[in-house]
Amino acid sequence: MTSLPDLVCPAGSLPALKAAVDNGADAVYLGFRNDTNARNFAGLNFDAKTMAEGIRYAHAKGREVLLAINTFPQAGRVGDWHKAVDGAVDVGADAIILADVGLLDYARRKHPQQRLHLSVQGSATSYEAINFCQREFGVRRAVLPRVLTLAQVENVIRNTTVEIEVFGFGSLCVMNEGRCWLSSYACGESPNTVGACSPAKYVKWDKKPGAMETRLNGILIDRFGDDEPAGYPTLCKGRFEVRGETYYALEEPTSLNVLEILPEILKIGVRAIKVEGRQRSPAYVAQVTRTLRAALDALAGGSERYHVRPAWQAELAKVSEGNQATLGAYNRPWR
Amino acid sequence: MDNALTVPKFRLPGFVAAMGQHLPQWPHALALIAGLNAALAFKLLPAGELATLEDKQFRVRVLDSGGEASFTYRNGRFLPIFRPTREPDLAFAANLSAFLQLLARQEDPDTLFFNRELEITGDTELGLLVKNLLDAVEWPAPPRLGLPLGGR
Repeated sequence: MTSLPDLVCPAGSLPALKAAVDNGADAVYLGFRNDTNARNFAGLNFDAKTMAEGIRYAHAKGREVLLAINTFPQAGRVGDWHKAVDGAVDVGADAIILADVGLLDYARRKHPQQRLHLSVQGSATSYEAINFCQREFGVRRAVLPRVLTLAQVENVIRNTTVEIEVFGFGSLCVMNEGRCWLSSYACGESPNTVGACSPAKYVKWDKKPGAMETRLNGILIDRFGDDEPAGYPTLCKGRFEVRGETYYALEEPTSLNVLEILPEILKIGVRAIKVEGRQRSPAYVAQVTRTLRAALDALAGGSERYHVRPAWQAELAKVSEGNQATLGAYNRPWR
Repeated sequence: MDNALTVPKFRLPGFVAAMGQHLPQWPHALALIAGLNAALAFKLLPAGELATLEDKQFRVRVLDSGGEASFTYRNGRFLPIFRPTREPDLAFAANLSAFLQLLARQEDPDTLFFNRELEITGDTELGLLVKNLLDAVEWPAPPRLGLPLGGR
């Protein structure tokens, strides 16, 4: 038997958490209902009661709950983030996912026994950065930004004893993780500040005959024909006119999907595979969790007989943003 | 996967919509509102978020049946609006199968939105709130159909 990496799935609500657990997630990640996490959208996330119930549910079935506090404390309000860290410990989270160095330091000193993970927003792409976080803050796992090739991920794993978690499925953004301010350029708010990229109050979908226009704080982001798939209303996924041509000047709406290279990901010793999408509904969580669980289980007996089933790809393609999937940086030939 | 409960993607024939537009709109509006108020009665919807819905007007339009329902939320209850006098704050439009897939939690609204099977217009933040509010509801489990005669 090959030892499998943990399947880490998103939960924006209690039904989503249960969907993840019931469909085979080894761990779920979630956040408080405020701007201490990067999916701070109206009605999403957990209050004290649903958080406690969610953790109870997961623990009763032997699964872990990872609590994301992955935004950066804002001036004058550092106490709110400290309170979130204390709250995560109190509620019994198995690990806290942190991005800010100051918070890592706070958590380490105030709660030395608490398991800490370095968030993808911490933007650590080298083993030096990861080993620093291990030495200084006792970080046990790091989530790698989606910019590294598989060979680079392998190099990181060879040079650290920190567990490595990588993304396996979900919407892609420009991958300037923890450092992206594009949303602020359009509306003055971004994930690092308010916990939301392109907050909904700035988004307008305008249905016109034959097309739908998306605007972010008045800026025209895209115009979709009736038969074109739509994407999230973010600047990075807009089509813009550049020197007389209109096209996806930054990137096309697309989803990461690693099913094809899952055997390689296992081989290099990745400890956990993460699914993006705390903003999505329980239906998405169930579909994606079920599919990746099946793929991982198919690898349990060894990779020789592993093949990607068309049904898995169809299930994942359906829920993908932009209706297309990519291996992202994992397989690019250049570095 | 339990395929017995799967809602297929379908589209009602064109004449249904043509006919539906000439039928009274109140029966399905009342049914929808009865459902929403039942959810209120069972305290399935969180009080904090409900306050945001106060006096907002909503419209749900079923494209292939030609039916639509307009309603509002006031003083702790959902109420039908039979003759809307203004554009709603938030409007959803989709074919019947998409709505059924959403209700059955079989498809995710983002998926349907990306695939252009669900239209959301109006106040986007209100739309997101409503979506997340419905996602967070723990619907009572459907009754289990056990064997009638003492089977184990």
